Amino acid sequence: MPPTISVANLSKTYASGFQALKGIDLEIRSGEIFALLGPNGAGKTTLISIICGIVSPSGGSVHVNGHDIITDYRTTRSLIGLVPQELPNNAFESVWDTVAFSRGLFGKPPNPAHIEKVLRDLSLWDKKDNRIMTLSGGMKRRVLIAKALSHEPRILFLDEPTAGVDVELRKDMWRIVRDLRDSGVTIILTTHYIEEAEEMADRIGVINNGELILVEDKSTLMHKLGKKQLILQLHHPLEKIPSALASRGLTLSDDAMELVYTYDTQGERTGITSLLAELNEAGIKFKDLSTTQSSLEQIFVSLVKRPS
Amino acid sequence: MNFRAVQAIYLFELARTWRTLMQSIVSPVISTSLYFVVFGGAIGSRITQIDGIDYGSFIVPGLIMLQLLTQSIANASFGIYFPKFTGTIYELLSAPVSYFEIVLGYVGAAATKSIILGLIILATAGLFVPIQIAHPIWMIAFLVLTSVTFSLFGFIIGIWADGFEKLQIIPLLVVTPLTFLGGTFYSINMLPPVWQTVTLFNPVVYLVSGFRWSFFGVADLNVGLSLTMTLAFLVLCLVIIAWIFKTGYQIKN
Repeated sequence: MPPTISVANLSKTYASGFQALKGIDLEIRSGEIFALLGPNGAGKTTLISIICGIVSPSGGSVHVNGHDIITDYRTTRSLIGLVPQELPNNAFESVWDTVAFSRGLFGKPPNPAHIEKVLRDLSLWDKKDNRIMTLSGGMKRRVLIAKALSHEPRILFLDEPTAGVDVELRKDMWRIVRDLRDSGVTIILTTHYIEEAEEMADRIGVINNGELILVEDKSTLMHKLGKKQLILQLHHPLEKIPSALASRGLTLSDDAMELVYTYDTQGERTGITSLLAELNEAGIKFKDLSTTQSSLEQIFVSLVKRPS
Repeated sequence: MNFRAVQAIYLFELARTWRTLMQSIVSPVISTSLYFVVFGGAIGSRITQIDGIDYGSFIVPGLIMLQLLTQSIANASFGIYFPKFTGTIYELLSAPVSYFEIVLGYVGAAATKSIILGLIILATAGLFVPIQIAHPIWMIAFLVLTSVTFSLFGFIIGIWADGFEKLQIIPLLVVTPLTFLGGTFYSINMLPPVWQTVTLFNPVVYLVSGFRWSFFGVADLNVGLSLTMTLAFLVLCLVIIAWIFKTGYQIKN
C-alpha cells in the first residue's frame, strides 16, 4: 500500500533566518497512529503546518495520497483535518454555527446528522447553542476537534492535543482517537509526553532541531527507552554490595545510603519481587523506595549526543 | 470552484453584521441624520442652491458616499484582520479554498453590507429632503462599484495591519480627509482655481461627482471620467490583492 503521506527532503527557513526543518524524510502509513515527539521548538508544528497548507515550504515536497500539496491543494486539504495547538476561536459564535461553518469551508454539503454525531461523540451536544466564549478551555479544545472532524477527513492532525488538558478529557481524547483509527482515519499527533505516545501510537518519530532523529515502531522504541530505576533509601550506610546480589547490577550512591536497581518495564519480569526478597535475606533494611523513568528531555539529550 | 466555502464565508460575515447591528447599521444612520440636521437644516437653509439644486438634496449623494467608503473599509478590513488576530485564519489557510474564493467571500459580504447601508441611508435622507434620482441604474452601478472597490481596499488594509492601530490609521488619516475634501458638502467649482486643480488628485472627487450625476444629471466632472477613475482604482486594488496572495504577504510564512 502506498504511503498516505510522503514527505521528501522537506526544509523550512523562516524569514528571520531560523531553520525550522532540515531535510525531513518521512512516510506515514495508511490507517496508523503516528506520534511525533519532540521538545518545544523542534519543528513539530512547522512540519504539520506545511502539510496542511498554513506555512509554505522552502524546499522539498509533500504528497498526500499521491497528490502534491501545492499543485493539487484542493484534493490534499479536503482529506485533512487539523486540530491546532492553540485555542483560536470565534468567541461570539455558537458551537453549532462554527462547526457547520468548517464543514462548508471544506466544500461539503450541509449534513446536520453528521455534525450532531460529532458533537455527541465529543460531549458537546448540550453546549451546541452556547457561545464559544462561555466555554471552558477543555470544551474549546473539543470544539476545535469537532471543527476538524466536521468535514469527515481521512487524515487527522492533532497538534499537542492534551497540552493543558485534565485527566478526564485526556482519556476521552484517547478514546476518540482510537475510534477514529478504527474507522480508518490516519492520525498524526504531536506530543511532549512519552506516556501519551506509549498509550496511543503505532509508530513514533522523534524530531529535534528540525531533524528527524529516528522513526520506529512503538514496541521497538519502548524497549529501547523503557528503562526504569528503583531507588531504595537505606536505614544504614552500606559499605559494599553483598556478593549474593552482585549479579543484579545494583549501584550504590556516593553517600552509601541509596541502592539503585535498573530494570526494563517492557521485560517479562522486572525482578523487583525477588530483589526485595534477596535484600531481606541479606539483612539490608530500607526506609523508603521510589522509581524514576528517564524523562523525554534526557532521552532527547542522549539521542542528540549520539553520533549519527 | 468551492462555492460552498464562498457561501460559508459570506454568510459567516453577514451573521457578524447581524450580531453587531448597532455599529454596522444603526450608528452610520444616526451620524448621517445628524449631518442632515446640521448641514441640511440649520446651515443649509442659509445657503442658496448649488447647480440649481437645494443644498439639503445636494449633499445626499456625498453623504451616502462618505458612509459607503468608511463602512466598506471598516467592514472588510475588520473581517479579514480579526481571524489573523484570533488565529482562526489557520482554518482558512488549511481549507481547500483558493485565494480568489477567500476574497469573494469576504469582499462580497463587506460590499453587500455597504450596499444595504447605502440604500438605508438614502431612505433616511428621504425623510429629511426631497430626493430625485435621474439615472437609477447608474446610481445603483456607482453604489455597487464603490462598495466593491472600497471593500477590496479595506481587505488590503486588513491584511497589511498587524495591530488595531494600523487598522484605524488609513481610514482616519487618509480616507476621512479625502472624503471631506472630495466635494461632499460643496461643488468643486466653488473652490479657487488652484485648489480645483489640487482636488483633481483626490480620487473621492470622482466618486462623489459621478454619484451626484446619477441623482441630478449634473456634475462637476464628466461622468465617463468618474467611471474610468473608479474602475482604475478597482483594478489597482485587484492587482495589489493578487500580489498579496502570490507572496503570502502578512498571512503565510
